[in-house]
Amino acid sequence: MARILAVMEQRDGTLRKVSHEIVTAARLLADTLGTTVDALVIGAGPVAGIDALGGFGADRVLTVEHEGLGLYQPDGYATAAAAAADGCAAVMCAATATGKDLAPRIAAKLGAAYAAEITGCTVDGEHLVATRPVYAGKALQRVRMTGTAVLSVRPNTVPPAQSAKAGAVEAFVMPTFTPRVTVTEVKAPAVAVLDVAEAAIVVSGGRGLKEPEHFSLIEDLAAALGDAAVGASRAVVDAGWRDHSAQVGQTGKTVSPNLYVAVGISGAIQHLAGMRTAKTIVAINKDADAPIFKVADYGIVGDLFEVVPRLTDEVKKAKAEG
Amino acid sequence: MKIAVCLKRVPDTTAKIVIGGDGKSIDESGVKFVPNPYDEYAVEEAISLQEKAAAGETVVYSLGGASSQETIRTALAMGIDRGVLLEGAGSADGMVVARALASELEGQGFDLILFGKLAVDDYNHQVGAMTAELMGLPCITTVSHLEIENGGVVAEREIEGGVEVVTCRLPAVLTCEKGLNEPRLPKLKGIMAAKKKPLEVKPVELAPGNMEVVGLELPPARSEGKIVGEGPDAVPELVNLLRHEAKVL
Repeated sequence: MARILAVMEQRDGTLRKVSHEIVTAARLLADTLGTTVDALVIGAGPVAGIDALGGFGADRVLTVEHEGLGLYQPDGYATAAAAAADGCAAVMCAATATGKDLAPRIAAKLGAAYAAEITGCTVDGEHLVATRPVYAGKALQRVRMTGTAVLSVRPNTVPPAQSAKAGAVEAFVMPTFTPRVTVTEVKAPAVAVLDVAEAAIVVSGGRGLKEPEHFSLIEDLAAALGDAAVGASRAVVDAGWRDHSAQVGQTGKTVSPNLYVAVGISGAIQHLAGMRTAKTIVAINKDADAPIFKVADYGIVGDLFEVVPRLTDEVKKAKAEG
Repeated sequence: MKIAVCLKRVPDTTAKIVIGGDGKSIDESGVKFVPNPYDEYAVEEAISLQEKAAAGETVVYSLGGASSQETIRTALAMGIDRGVLLEGAGSADGMVVARALASELEGQGFDLILFGKLAVDDYNHQVGAMTAELMGLPCITTVSHLEIENGGVVAEREIEGGVEVVTCRLPAVLTCEKGLNEPRLPKLKGIMAAKKKPLEVKPVELAPGNMEVVGLELPPARSEGKIVGEGPDAVPELVNLLRHEAKVL
C-alpha cells in the first residue's frame, strides 16, 4: 500500500508541536492501511526537534534544506510536498494557518481532492473516508476520496502518541520552483499570544463583560490556568474590543480544546457551533436560561465579576497544591 | 483594474441545520440563504478598489442553481458592474469547482480575482488557492490587510501568534478574511440600479472529481451538563469537579 506523507511545520527553525499530532494521525492511518509514514520537514537549514518524529511514528523523515524556505513560502512548500507525495495514499497537513494555505495548493498540483479540517479518517476498500465538520460544526460530513487524498487535520483532535519507528532522516531533493508570492516577514506581537485554535485551554469573554477593559478578568483566569488562550464572542469582536483572531464561532475559529470556559457569553448558535467539540465546557453567566448552559458540562449562574476573580484564586490555589 | 469576485450562496449563519432525506445534504426548506459572509469582504474590496482608481471593471461570478441570481444581484446592488452565473449543480469537491472557475476566468484579462477565505456551508477553504494554482497565478489566502500599488501587492494574513506579510505581482488571486474591510449595505438606489445591470447565465456541467459526499449527520448531542451552583460560593466545587471528575486541571 502506498505511503502516507505527513507535512511538518516549523517556525524559526524549530518544529511546531502541532506536527506531533499530524505524525500521530498519519501513523494511525498508516497502521490501518499497513503502510509507512514519511514526515516532510522543510526549512532553511537543520530543524530542531526532528529527532522526536520517529517516536511519534515516522518511518522516515524527509528533509528539505533550501535557503529560501526558512519562512513558510507557499510555492516552494507546495512544490516540495507535491513531489514528495508522489505515489502516496494520503498527504496530511495540520489545519493551521499554514496548513490550510498549503494543502489546496498541493491538491491542485496533484489533481487530487482535498478534505479540509478533518476530525477522523477511516478506510473503505480502496478509498479513504474522511469526517469533517461543516456549517461550522453544526453538521458532520463524510466524504469518500479516490486516489491520493490531501487532508488537513484539525488541531487538538488527535493527541500526540508514542509509536516508535525508525525516523530515519533522509535529504529530499526537491524540484526547482518559481516563487509567485513571497512571505517577507512574520510580525510577532510584543507579547506572545497563544492561538485559540491550538490551545489546550481557551477562556472566552462576551458581552457580559460590559467593557473591553474587563477582559483583564479573562486574561487573569487564562494566566492562572496556564497554557490558555483568550477567546471572544462575535459580539465583542464586532464591537472592536478584541481582535478577530480571537473570535470563536462560525465567522471566527472553530476550537476543540480540553477545557473551554465561556464567561458572559449567552451562546448564540454561531458561537456554540465553534466550540461544541471542546472536551469539557464551563459556562459562567448571570442568566440561568442562557443557551450556553445547554452545552456546558459545568455551569455557574452568577455575576461574573464576583465568580471569575474567585475562580482565578481557586485555580491558583489548586495549582499550588499540585 | 479589472477585478473578478467569486461569490457563493450559502445558508444564513443563524440557520438551524436539518439533515435532508438523502442523508447527504441539508433540508433547505425554510432556510434563509445569503451571500457567503467572507465573499462580501471580496465584493467590498473590489468595489472600493474600483472607486479609488475611478476606473476599471468589476464582475461577480457565482456557480450554482438559478436561485444564485439573487445572490449575484445583492453584489450588483452593492456596486459590482455585472454578473455571470455558471448555472448548474455545485460540488463538495473544491477541485471540481476550481476547474470550472479557472476555465471560465482564463483569458479574461483579470488583474485581480477575489474570493472569500471559505464558504460557511462546506468549510472547504480551498477553491481560491486551487483556482490560482490551475491558472498559474500568485495566490495569497486569508488576507486581512491589503495594499496595491503599481502592480505590486502587499498583504497581511494572520497566522498563529503573528501576522505574515506576503507580496506578489498582479495578476493575482486573493482570498479575503474578516477585518479586511466593512462591507457596505446595498442602498435603495443600488438595488434599483442592480435590476438593470447585466447578468449573464451560462449553463455549466462539472466534470466528476475524486471526492464524493457519502453522509451528513448532526454531531452527537452533548449530554446535559449540570449547574454547579450560584455565585462565587460555587467556585470551590467547580474547581473540585474540574480536577477530579473532568480531570482537566
